[in-house]
Amino acid sequence: MFDDDTSPARRDFLRKSLTLIPVVTLASAGLPSSTFAQTPASDAKQASTAVPATVPGDYKPTFFTPEEWAFLVAACDRLIPSDQVGPGAVELGVPEFLDRHMQTPYANGGIWYMQGPFLEAAPEFGYQGRLNLRETLRIGIKAIDAYSKKSFSGKAFAELSQAQQEDLLKSAESGKLVLDDISSKLFFTNLLNEVRNGYFADPSHGGNKNMGAWKMIGYPGMRADYMDWITVRDKPYPLPPVDLSGRRG
Amino acid sequence: MANAKAKVDAVIVGMGWTGAILAKELTDAGLHVVVLERGADRDTQPDFAYPKVVDELEGSVHRRYLQSLAQETVTVRHNLTSTAVPYRQMGSFKPGTGVGGAGSHWSGCHFRALPEDFKLRSNVEQRYGASFIPSDMSIQDFPVSYEDLEPHFDHFEYVCGTSGKAGVISGVKQAGGNPFEGSRSREFPLGPNPNYLGAEMFYKGAREMGWDPYPIPASNASAPYVNPYSCQMGPCNACGFCSDYGCLNYSKASPNISILPVLRQRKNFELRTHAQVLKVNLDSDGKKATGVTYLDAQGREVEQQADLVLLCAFSLYNVHLMLLSGIGKPYDPQTGEGTIGRNYSYQNLNRVVLFFGKEVQANQFIGIGGAGTTMDNLNGNQLDNAKAGFVGGGIIWARQPGAGPVRGINVPPGTPNWGTAWKQAASDAFRHSFYFEVQGACMSYKQHYLSLDPTYKDGFGRPLLRMNFDWHDNEIKASQYLVGKALEMSKVLNPTAMAGDAKKSGEHYNITKYQSTHTCGGAIMGSDPKTSALNRYLQSWDVHNVFAIGANAFPQNNGYNPTGMVGALAYWSAKAIREQYLKNPGPLVQA
Repeated sequence: MFDDDTSPARRDFLRKSLTLIPVVTLASAGLPSSTFAQTPASDAKQASTAVPATVPGDYKPTFFTPEEWAFLVAACDRLIPSDQVGPGAVELGVPEFLDRHMQTPYANGGIWYMQGPFLEAAPEFGYQGRLNLRETLRIGIKAIDAYSKKSFSGKAFAELSQAQQEDLLKSAESGKLVLDDISSKLFFTNLLNEVRNGYFADPSHGGNKNMGAWKMIGYPGMRADYMDWITVRDKPYPLPPVDLSGRRG
Repeated sequence: MANAKAKVDAVIVGMGWTGAILAKELTDAGLHVVVLERGADRDTQPDFAYPKVVDELEGSVHRRYLQSLAQETVTVRHNLTSTAVPYRQMGSFKPGTGVGGAGSHWSGCHFRALPEDFKLRSNVEQRYGASFIPSDMSIQDFPVSYEDLEPHFDHFEYVCGTSGKAGVISGVKQAGGNPFEGSRSREFPLGPNPNYLGAEMFYKGAREMGWDPYPIPASNASAPYVNPYSCQMGPCNACGFCSDYGCLNYSKASPNISILPVLRQRKNFELRTHAQVLKVNLDSDGKKATGVTYLDAQGREVEQQADLVLLCAFSLYNVHLMLLSGIGKPYDPQTGEGTIGRNYSYQNLNRVVLFFGKEVQANQFIGIGGAGTTMDNLNGNQLDNAKAGFVGGGIIWARQPGAGPVRGINVPPGTPNWGTAWKQAASDAFRHSFYFEVQGACMSYKQHYLSLDPTYKDGFGRPLLRMNFDWHDNEIKASQYLVGKALEMSKVLNPTAMAGDAKKSGEHYNITKYQSTHTCGGAIMGSDPKTSALNRYLQSWDVHNVFAIGANAFPQNNGYNPTGMVGALAYWSAKAIREQYLKNPGPLVQA
């Protein structure tokens, strides 16, 4: 699971993560929302339970566990919902992006300075802890799910109502949510960054399916040639986006 | 030493702008030159080829053209009593790596310093009295003048195909250029690039303020060009991938396209990549360098002996190598003694974002790295510092190196960070907003310096460089004053919303936010060996066959981007080596 399982930090983390016993086995990719509604957890209050958005395609996560995946699908849907403005993160495949991105050297701290000692420092010095990106997300998800189950009679984050999910995310964003093992604010900041990256990066990375996010904001994508439009003022840029593989949106 | 290479005339550490310039000049002089570059070899083909190069996730998140901090970084602290912590993730500044160095991922802004910038301390003392300079401010005059460097500024601009409009040629003012600049010997090699909307609107706002706007000199070719080395450039197609990226179009000047095509053909030039220099080796009395020790691509320690050792790494790492190698005496902020690490300075960068309605086509995705509009009315002698209340000036500019959504979308103040409201604001702003920047000078202070960290080590087991730096009241005042002026000008343009990030009183240096890669000083040039590491030819006062060439030589930083100055100093130093040092190796200035 990790490139290097020998470091004490990683061993320690691995041991902790293995203690996570799946209590709700949510089906992963492509689960129709009707199936979800028929689970025993659905009762009269079901109407207020968030209806999970559907992940496009048949992508099966290989990094995240089913519980983590369910969390991410729900969180993506809150952070960038599908609405009248444009497509949501889930329908653009951001969960797939996240799962694939976690398996890059970047998410493993490959370009970060990761040596100790790890000292507490003022916020101006940025994150000074020992977690890499994928550990941050994984530990954060586990901690928020644990908090959720404790506070909402056994329900994981993905099973809460939209309003409850939003409240929890806001509370993490501000850092008011106190979690064991990780700063909720650190987790939230990293999650939001990654969700945005997946939403806006080239579709080859797994998100931004059919360049949906680029179309929404009017980004011509990877055209990278605007010589004839630098001084045009009186009309909007007319061409649709192009992605790295040369497809037109 | 198990692996020793045959001695060469000169070994150069680093294959960025200064390494390429020195290699060109010294191979011209017939020397056998070896360049050791810590990163990979890179060239337009295949490394910067379209479409691979324009992947925003790879370029601006994974930072594939920048230095990996896992191997080398710095630690930072705000004051002398706290414990420095590592710069763990790329934020405030972005050193490059590989062939081309930061010269391959720069934007292209290509300024000359003003004549008065060279004589900063004496100029301020003369205009406002010595007491106007805060007691902890350690600014110094450069030991060279604008006139000394003019031929070298000029030559470097012609090597780079710099596109701009002269303001003063042979003492005669030229319409459309900067009327306050030092006199040039001739016009820029190429005319200015076309104006995108923000650059055009800057003209309007600046003129209403009574200022004198002019095109930013940009080493992004506005037309086809062949430089004095017969290297070719194509006109910039405004692709929008300059900062963080190598140029896909042979349009942005870089060591890779502007100098290396010549060097790569030469038999007396050898480039070794993945060669990490660990230290400069000195002879037994420490007065002369014998060469360098480096790790090769296979991780073997190799000794390269040379008559001349030229430190041409990124400014911070030049200082690091001097400290690690025992070249000169490390600076001590308590006693003021020692010179290596002294006078570290930075750049005072601030931003004003303007938002407009949908009828305004700002098209931020269009980008020409260095091009845009700026003005010098608050810089150099144009600014009444006594009235403004701080030392040093700055410039305001409209510049658009190209924006994409992964690099971030500015949204109006008060917008939530996620959800439908954020989506709406991001969609509204992306094509209908742009920014102006305020680039202020940054003075040097007794307490701002570079040293070796007592705790943290780099990937090779060496102590990290420790940066002691924070915002001084002087720079905070400058930020507030200059951002205030930029906001005043912006109001003229009737934006629907504006955001400015002037530094607040007591604000500390934040290493997490990108500001500028203009890290300066630490091994400065001067006329007194007690207060400078290098003499006026960038030669070490202490070890005469070591030259440290880069922005490390700036005694303090002015309001401009450093590359034009760095290139000019490199040619100036090379000339001294060729015309004086090679004939009679030894100190070029008697201490």
